[in-house]
Amino acid sequence: MANRINRDQVQHVASLAKLEFTDAQLDAFTPQLDDIIGLFETLSEVDTDGVEATNNVSDQLNVMREDVADNWGQSQALLKNAPDAARGFIKVPAIIDESEDN
Amino acid sequence: MNYFKQDLASLHADLVAKKLSAKELTQATFDNIKATDPKIDAFLALNEDAALDQAAKVDAAGIKEDQPLAGIPVAIKDNIVTKDLTTTAASKILTNFNPIYDATVTTKLADAQMITVGKTNMDEFAMGGSTETSAFKQTKNAWDQTKVPGGSSGGSAAAVASGQVVAALGTDTGGSIRQPAAFNGVVGMKPTYGRVSRWGLIAFGSSLDQIGPLTRGVKDNATILSTIAGHDEHDLTSSTQAVPDFAKDLNDATSVKGLRIGLPKEFLAEGVDEDVKNAILAAADTYRKLGATVDEVSLPHNKYGVAAYYIIASSEASSNLQRFDGIRYGYRAQDVKNLEDVYVKSRSEGFGDEVKRRIMLGTFSLSAGFYDAYFLKAAKVRTVIINDFKAVLKDHDFIMGPVAPTPAFDLGAEIKDPITMYMNDILTIPVNLAGLPGLSLPAGFSNNLPVGMQLIGRPFDESTLYKAGYAFEQSTDFHLQVPTLGGQN
Repeated sequence: MANRINRDQVQHVASLAKLEFTDAQLDAFTPQLDDIIGLFETLSEVDTDGVEATNNVSDQLNVMREDVADNWGQSQALLKNAPDAARGFIKVPAIIDESEDN
Repeated sequence: MNYFKQDLASLHADLVAKKLSAKELTQATFDNIKATDPKIDAFLALNEDAALDQAAKVDAAGIKEDQPLAGIPVAIKDNIVTKDLTTTAASKILTNFNPIYDATVTTKLADAQMITVGKTNMDEFAMGGSTETSAFKQTKNAWDQTKVPGGSSGGSAAAVASGQVVAALGTDTGGSIRQPAAFNGVVGMKPTYGRVSRWGLIAFGSSLDQIGPLTRGVKDNATILSTIAGHDEHDLTSSTQAVPDFAKDLNDATSVKGLRIGLPKEFLAEGVDEDVKNAILAAADTYRKLGATVDEVSLPHNKYGVAAYYIIASSEASSNLQRFDGIRYGYRAQDVKNLEDVYVKSRSEGFGDEVKRRIMLGTFSLSAGFYDAYFLKAAKVRTVIINDFKAVLKDHDFIMGPVAPTPAFDLGAEIKDPITMYMNDILTIPVNLAGLPGLSLPAGFSNNLPVGMQLIGRPFDESTLYKAGYAFEQSTDFHLQVPTLGGQN
């Protein structure tokens, strides 16, 4: 294995992406990601000196519109899709880790 | 009933003449889906009660001659939101998600009085080429139920190919309409970037995604695209270019006379199956007989498309999929101690492996220290690939080639090997990177499996692709052949 990315780096990227993996998953993912990054590195064969990056192929640029409220007042309908709700609000667990409370 | 001998025009004629009511047609469609779907598994959700109600309303209002789609059933890929109809993008993280609004495309189909009969299976968040990454079921190829239907719009393609519906919507980020259309022997259009509004499409790669139709014939495809296309103030990437009536001029098989077609040598290179290659060479001869010229051309950087795409699409996906956090909608993990846990556990339990792989690749490519070497490099290679297309399309009306290197492969054959799966997209991905229109249509068979041809055009010139597709259809009978589903037909 060329070791373009190691297990620790995969763990680091996972934490950036708000994902977690078991040891067995890391064992499977690390060589797969390494192979795919190897495929990515074939791009170094292409001469891109002086080439502009393309981030967008739309023919629309800087489209402006009035900032008008539209289709509002649907909070009850929206809350139906929330995993947990109470008194018109989405309910989430405590932000402070309860295990740290003494 | 199935739609093997019907197209939009013949159904419309029957509805106007009252040989058939919209309600009868819709009921017959559900009866057929229920009879055939145990074999195909194309649908994730059926919309039976609402569809029958809507069909009855269409009947009550009467179907007029200038309403070509009124009362005709259509299926929608499950990453397109449909109000009050469960929309999951085939992901566990969106189990039981009921959108509170309709996508622009479904609103437009409803305005044309089409009847949405259900939501079709797909690869999770449209990430995959075989519909095998769906969290819910495995769709089968309409021609051989041991083969994949392609992906990610595998459910839509199999539903049309098996006669369940006459038309379906799919989405295409790197080939996800064209490749399943090819694998199932139907017609699929990936329109020009900006042609169709993505308002209400669950975003994957925002600089690449387009919605388009899958149908059995070219003319039907053109009719649906004219209906869903156009500028939308809700999607600021949607173009203000006028939308032609694409189907109107499709009546002449000689319309390709004098056109110049480019056949890139890279499209018939190593790795392309012999039967696929022969089908495309035969199609080139068909076009020559119809009075077009076909030249060998070159897209020298085509082979770098896959690497550039998997960096760009994964980077965009890693950003787009941040919204799935277990807070406002979708799946939330139960065993959590704090808010960070909600995010991490909901995402880790809710996303499947392929989606995680893409999020990881994208997060890596965008991360500090790697951005220049990966994301920026890919964005520059994208420009090089676009310039290759521009050079060929400057003096050619369109480009032809295969859709995929092989016909449909066996279920389970590639799912464990991501790179092999990614390389299937080598002929479709560059078209998304360049934002061009691409049409997939039936062009032959290999061991009783359909082979697809791809036509690639200039930006916003879907018209030429439809004309060329129609001319090919009039000269061949591939599109008239239908699969046998255990004696259904």
